[in-house]
Amino acid sequence: MADRRYEPQSETVTINHDELAWRVGGPQGSGVDTAAGIFQRACALGGLNVFGRREYYSNIMGRHSYFDVRVAHHPVHSHCDEVQLLTTFEDESLARHAISVVEGGALFYAAKDVEKEVQGITYLDLRAKDDLIAYLEERGLPTTLGGVLEDARQRGVQTYEADFDKLVESLADQLDIVSALAARTTNTLAVAMSLALVEYPRKYVYDALAKIWPGRQKIIDMNVAAVDLAYQFVRDTYDTSKFEHRLTPSQSKEPRILLNGNQAVAMGKIAAGMTFQSYYPISPATDESTYLEAHETFPSTNGARGSVLVVQTEDEISAVCMAAGAALTGARSATATSGPGFALMVEGLGWAGINEVPLVVTLYQRGGPSTGLPTRSEQGDLFLALNAGHSEFPRIVLASSDLEEAFYDAAAAFNYAERYQTVVIHILDKSISSKTMSVPPFDLERIRIERGEIASPNGGHEGPYPRFKPTESGISPRPLLGMPGGMHWLTGGEHTQYGRVTEDPVVREQQMEKRMRKLETAAREIPVDEKLRVYGDPAAEFTILSWGSNKGAIVEAIELLAEEGCAARLIQVRIMSPFPGPELEELLAPAKPLIGVEANFSGQLAQVLRQHTGIACDKLVVKYNGRPMAARRLYETFKTIMDGTDETKIVLRNPNE
Amino acid sequence: MTTATATANRKLTAKDFQVPFPNDWCPGCGDFGIINAVQQAFARLELEAHKVAVVGGIGCSGKAPYYFPVYGVHTLHGRLLPFAHGIKLANPEMTIVGVGGDGDGLGIGAGHFVNAGRRNLDMTYIFFNNEVYGLTKGQAAPTLAMGLQPKSLPAPNIQGQLNPLMMAMSVGFTWIGRGYSYNVKKVVDLIVAAIEHPGLSFIDILQPCPTYNNLHTKDWYAGKDLDSGQPRIYWLDDTDYDPVIPEGADDAAVLGKMNEFLTKAHEWGDEIPAGVFLDNRATSTFADRIETRIENYRAQPPNKREIADESGRPTADLSEIFDEVRMT
Repeated sequence: MADRRYEPQSETVTINHDELAWRVGGPQGSGVDTAAGIFQRACALGGLNVFGRREYYSNIMGRHSYFDVRVAHHPVHSHCDEVQLLTTFEDESLARHAISVVEGGALFYAAKDVEKEVQGITYLDLRAKDDLIAYLEERGLPTTLGGVLEDARQRGVQTYEADFDKLVESLADQLDIVSALAARTTNTLAVAMSLALVEYPRKYVYDALAKIWPGRQKIIDMNVAAVDLAYQFVRDTYDTSKFEHRLTPSQSKEPRILLNGNQAVAMGKIAAGMTFQSYYPISPATDESTYLEAHETFPSTNGARGSVLVVQTEDEISAVCMAAGAALTGARSATATSGPGFALMVEGLGWAGINEVPLVVTLYQRGGPSTGLPTRSEQGDLFLALNAGHSEFPRIVLASSDLEEAFYDAAAAFNYAERYQTVVIHILDKSISSKTMSVPPFDLERIRIERGEIASPNGGHEGPYPRFKPTESGISPRPLLGMPGGMHWLTGGEHTQYGRVTEDPVVREQQMEKRMRKLETAAREIPVDEKLRVYGDPAAEFTILSWGSNKGAIVEAIELLAEEGCAARLIQVRIMSPFPGPELEELLAPAKPLIGVEANFSGQLAQVLRQHTGIACDKLVVKYNGRPMAARRLYETFKTIMDGTDETKIVLRNPNE
Repeated sequence: MTTATATANRKLTAKDFQVPFPNDWCPGCGDFGIINAVQQAFARLELEAHKVAVVGGIGCSGKAPYYFPVYGVHTLHGRLLPFAHGIKLANPEMTIVGVGGDGDGLGIGAGHFVNAGRRNLDMTYIFFNNEVYGLTKGQAAPTLAMGLQPKSLPAPNIQGQLNPLMMAMSVGFTWIGRGYSYNVKKVVDLIVAAIEHPGLSFIDILQPCPTYNNLHTKDWYAGKDLDSGQPRIYWLDDTDYDPVIPEGADDAAVLGKMNEFLTKAHEWGDEIPAGVFLDNRATSTFADRIETRIENYRAQPPNKREIADESGRPTADLSEIFDEVRMT
């Protein structure tokens, strides 16, 4: 597998009527997201399970973005590196993604691009151009997009010319509107052509349009006309006999919501009763805060209007300090950021730690270090989350792996924060934040709000309140700022039980021990099912240790292995601090081999495991190109490990992402 | 120490806002006059101690919160404004007084200072201005003039001087005053007025640092080096200067006042104005602005919202939110 080159990575996706892997690519600002939104809704409305993956540049307009949508009758937890159907709006998408269409698949291209030289594609990276040109030259093909198309045809891919400009003109004529207006349906036309090709019932596309533009009948009507035109065009124009793939809706009537990870976290925070969130804009965290701001008031079961006050601050330092200040008053408070912002927040975390402030920080990892890959994914911040801050304070670090966990964990984070009166870092990544999935509606009955020990100093209390009184659990009743009789001091300095600064060695020891004891209390109290989860065959020796967003792809890879009779299990670590070392020691005793799978360079979880238990992973499978792992590649990698490969560190690469 | 509350029988005094703990500032420190004034101001305003938070930064001034029997919050270097904002936004009933030094506010915390001005949140920021970093032994603060060499500096200061009054005005503080820490009576008046102002207020308090600022000493402020022998500080309320921008003032009126302000704020040297420089009643407060979006913000602020029923079930009803993304 020449995995650094422009070459087909694997040919794996089988033709059937129960699933489809579709990709749409185009310049940012051209409506790729809208197209994917229509496609995903049309499929979800037809009862299909949907998984969407969004890839984009740190750029507003013009750079390449693409969206993978995988839909199926069965649950889908990850994307496919290869797709069956590709829709492109321009040259770059065709150049980048034609290679990822499997044999028997199909792609749409624009006729005007055929003569275009690969060398002349504006934003295509030089490395990608060189590889593509070399690939075409090796095969004696012209180094144009025509060559790319010819290669696709030679590989058994159907290529369908789609002249969107012409379709737009027809629509303009038909509806008697100006072409500029009709051109706004280009995304709809593209989606409808794809769905027409697989003979998916168009009524779901109509329904999707109504979902996207509720109440805006004129826009809906225009787009419905575009859908009809596209379906007609596909029937009249293309020979679809060689593209055998069809997609049928599901009869499933299970309730489903379709959302992304940022939204799931925001919803979890609202459910948990968060009333204050501060933030500074940063990809890929911002969308959570702006979603909250757009939903800042909502109904409550007690009749009052609920609300979240969202404040955009001047920087992340302000964001973390403001959230900590709000938390002191009893408001459930959080801030959301990504690695570079989290790095700035570190001093605030330490202050919240020594002052035992229930503070939730949502950390969406992106590619680093420094500015790194601002819009791509990585699991490179585990060490940072675990160690951010000088000296030591207890913290709970909670890692979610998918949208459902993101929701329930976002809510649970506040319970941990208030129960243990400390910093909770809820760690996710870009791939979760921007992935869309259809999931069962979240169940608020599963959420119970626990406020922890709050002092009720009222009733003749004289003098300052012993806020930091040492206790066996390490947790002391907490008066909220504004409570009569609860007055005490708070300081980043070491302090007495009243919060007055001290450098006394005995008090220092008492307070340090009291704070750190909370971690032992948390380790004792948090149920094992919250700390880690096991997937696959629990009796299997072949053991994968992983965390976060890799879970979906790993679970699917394990299912592929199971189909061949190979037993494997995944142990997903969810609570990173307090680290479930004793539980893992027991669970990992029969592991053979133990394989760490992480989206970072060095296997940070594997190192944390070794630090706490002495257990070393036998193999490390890592990916750090900023793109999420796909199930099929993992499956292939696990097979090579089962076959006894000597490699101890396997890097997953895919130059075509 | 008692919990201060005024009763019908007894008016509060400064004593009600003192604590029985030793104070570790240097003898003669200007900070003493400031906390003394704050204690008197709290008493005069008859504040309920539990509804007051004094929020400090880092440095000598940052220790001020320890000397009041209210919620005292000693934060991080330069960060008193974000912490104070968080407390006030979540619990708008509280009276918030920030106490921070010149380096804390205009050095490391300058970004927060600037952006606090944009919000006009109802709180008071007392700025301890002695032109040096005391606790780290006398380095230049951003308020030290270029060319000056207080005794800890190995060479004269080669960085320019910030004018805190002009900074505060240009970023949007809506009440701006200046006091002198050895004139406690005047500082009390300023603090009372600043707390009563329903927006973001700023008091620049000039103070000697007897340990590290050997240039601007008590004697210097007293004008002992001047031919006139008159104190350098003069009070704006003894002049015809009017600091008020009335509610509903138009742009021209605001601009006119800004010009007068700048002329006064620029004065320094043998004659240093003090008193109220600006009292802008025309700008909305942050709470007003929040209320345009969250109607019941003041009635149900973040710290008061009932978020769970008696069995811990969330009170938030997400059905509308789920409906937006409901497919089947």
